[in-house]
Amino acid sequence: MRYIDPHIHMVSRITDDYQRMAQAGCVAVTEPAFWAGFDRSSAQGFYDYYVQLTEVEPKRAAQFGIAHHCWLCINPKEAEDPGFAREVIALIPGFLDKPNVLGIGEIGLNKNSKNELEILEAQIDLAAQHDQLILVHTPHLEDKLKGTKLIMDAIRNHGSIDPGRVLIDHVEEHTVGPVLDRGFWAGMTLYPDTKMTPQRAADVIEMCGKERLWINSAGDWGCSDPLAVPKCQQEMRLRGHPLATIEQISYENPLRFLSQSGRFKTSE
Amino acid sequence: MPRDALVDRYFLEHRAKLLDVAAFLDRLDRSEAPADSNEDFRIEALQRAISLLIDEKGERAKRVLELFSDPTDTPIDKAPMKGADGAYSAK
Ligand SMILES: [Zn+2]
Repeated sequence: MRYIDPHIHMVSRITDDYQRMAQAGCVAVTEPAFWAGFDRSSAQGFYDYYVQLTEVEPKRAAQFGIAHHCWLCINPKEAEDPGFAREVIALIPGFLDKPNVLGIGEIGLNKNSKNELEILEAQIDLAAQHDQLILVHTPHLEDKLKGTKLIMDAIRNHGSIDPGRVLIDHVEEHTVGPVLDRGFWAGMTLYPDTKMTPQRAADVIEMCGKERLWINSAGDWGCSDPLAVPKCQQEMRLRGHPLATIEQISYENPLRFLSQSGRFKTSE
Repeated sequence: MPRDALVDRYFLEHRAKLLDVAAFLDRLDRSEAPADSNEDFRIEALQRAISLLIDEKGERAKRVLELFSDPTDTPIDKAPMKGADGAYSAK
């Protein structure tokens, strides 16, 4: 069954993963800029990463018939030094015209600190100035509930961002309701231990409906599963969800949200 | 999904997960207690979460997540680390 994985960090995955994903039905991925597992020592390190996301990775994906897109930003884990973060942000406009760039992301908060919030606000403004879609990372574990509220307030306070052009990712049972109620799109991440399982994601779909909701693997350099989306499709199928619902969650919803960029395409 | 089909499909898996929790609590009992005899804040949160599972009030997953969450609402001065503990400590 075809699917889109709208949040996966392919720079951290091996080429065999592309092959297996293609065999499982993946027709497109979108890759947000994130923390590499260590802090970069210079803005130039980010420049090289943006080249990898906009030039190298699309070619690697194309070998397997998967369309590759990306999102650019400085992630909240490297936002504790605002001077450095602003130096990195200044590089981003130079990449926004690359054909696979969909918007600004994954921006957000990590520990909900004042500096993280300052850099989040700067990047919300960057997205507004360049009319870009936004992909939001919400904090982990005990920091998620508070961080999700602070992020939604920061976007509302900016005043010119349409929530229908913002996807708030890594929602769980305690944050999905407020995110959808405020008009945002919501992403459920299928990730071992710290986020959702395919079973819980299927539960949320049963409880909250299938509008403005998508699933992703957020596969990265940690223990994670690049085939998490087809596993959730399978969970839904075994529960008797109609094929139309499974297709909507794993293909049509991402297609609809991402197409607002004017750039998104699948490999079909 | 009909209730009996739901039980057929998921019971053994969740029975096993419950045994993992039970064995973890037994393992904690066998371990050396901390010198100050105060329980780790994460284990205190886990115990409160377990009692919530049988209070018959529904929305258990949501309420367990809320129980583990930071209840404050203003940004902190500086990030003390990059990771997260899984439960909130006011300290
Ligand atoms: Zn990510």
